[in-house]
Amino acid sequence: MPRVVITGTGVISALGANRVAFETSLREGHPGIARLTNPACQELRFQNAAEVQGFNPEDHFALKEADMMDRFSQFAVVAAREAVIQSGIQWNDELRENAAIITGSCVGGKNTEDRGFHDVYKLGKPRVHPMTIPMTMVNAGASAISVDLGITGPVFTISTACASSAHAIGQAFAMIRSGQCDMAVTGGSEAPLSFGILKAWEAMRVVAPEICRPFSRSRTGMILGEGAAMFVIESLDHALARGANPIAEIVGFGMSSDARHITQPSAEGAAKAITRALKDAGIDADQVGYVNAHGTGTSVNDVTETRALHLAFGDYARRLAVSSTKAMHGHTLGAAGAMEAAATVIALTTGILPPTINYDEPDPDCDLDYIPNIAREARMEYAISNSFAFGGLNAVLAFRAFA
Amino acid sequence: MTDEELVTKVLAIIAEVQRKKPEEVKIDSTFEELGIDSMDGVNIIFSLESEFNISVPDEEVKTIKSIKDMVAGVRRLTCLA
Repeated sequence: MPRVVITGTGVISALGANRVAFETSLREGHPGIARLTNPACQELRFQNAAEVQGFNPEDHFALKEADMMDRFSQFAVVAAREAVIQSGIQWNDELRENAAIITGSCVGGKNTEDRGFHDVYKLGKPRVHPMTIPMTMVNAGASAISVDLGITGPVFTISTACASSAHAIGQAFAMIRSGQCDMAVTGGSEAPLSFGILKAWEAMRVVAPEICRPFSRSRTGMILGEGAAMFVIESLDHALARGANPIAEIVGFGMSSDARHITQPSAEGAAKAITRALKDAGIDADQVGYVNAHGTGTSVNDVTETRALHLAFGDYARRLAVSSTKAMHGHTLGAAGAMEAAATVIALTTGILPPTINYDEPDPDCDLDYIPNIAREARMEYAISNSFAFGGLNAVLAFRAFA
Repeated sequence: MTDEELVTKVLAIIAEVQRKKPEEVKIDSTFEELGIDSMDGVNIIFSLESEFNISVPDEEVKTIKSIKDMVAGVRRLTCLA
């Protein structure tokens, strides 16, 4: 089986417009949480979100182009372009034919859909914008990247709620391993901060009124976020043959389904995905130095995930460094798996583990080392990133530092 | 609405959400007996909010552990309304 390496990363998030800003904020423990800018949101029970600030579509796209893309598709293309630039690809017809694009998105173009539904339901207008359907579809981001880069190989989108982009990266990884394609642009994007979606999250009562405190006893829920993270991944031989610099290696992927409940997670199901990722990577539990947790900051997730880590890592769990970066970049739903994979790869390559910020009080049921509040220097060979979705779908990616 | 009517209505709503027969839901039934998990609780409170035109804050939802708590909450919030 070919080894699979990452040669480019792109991130647009509440932590900034690019990968460098993302990395800096993670290291400094600087959150991107602020008041929701949409004035309609003042009536919500929560006021804060992790929004991408100051994003002007015209900085990235011709106006006519931007008009045809929802915000989540624009984020997808912006992140993909950044990843491609770092990878140093010189496109030719053969490369374009043998490259894949596999993206993850949970809700698709909800801002566009919301606008249309607001027009017909509330304002009683007789029609919605004719591009509402193609701008809303969850594969719009993958298609927009395909058009932008001219990639003509396999292109599709995976939607598994909050694990969408982890499943997408896992799928791209499998396709390169199997020889179905030479390289792939893969990751996730999401722009879910539409009023209708926020009302729906409010109804679930899992969103924190102000800030997200993963694994703290005082935690009150998640903070929703938006953005995109994309990678260029390829077989090691392919990367070396074109003189690229591998950043990190993807070594394993594990999936499982809880088969239990539509929202309540299962520690056993999550542990199974972790164990399968380690087995796929051919490594022992004690070789893993860092876990980027799903860590939503809800009462249920954080306890269940802690139990899952105990189940998967045994006694070694207590020596494992674990953090949730969601307190900084928010829960970006379908983009979360990719954004946190980016955070994990940054931890491996820089040797600086991002902290769990806002941590203020230990919870007896969350008894691991969560890297509270301050980033930590640690060199290691392997790290994993957990993604656990509503619907009981679990996806865990394992990475190795490239030496 | 009398207090008795209020209690009957709350129990009827809980029964409806849990897809139980009305007679199966009693004021002293436990969440366990009725198979109410945390998401069911949120669904029931949504129905109570809609039916009684009240609004239950998130922090309060976390303190609701029984049918009695639900009835007491509705009683209090409808009096305030």
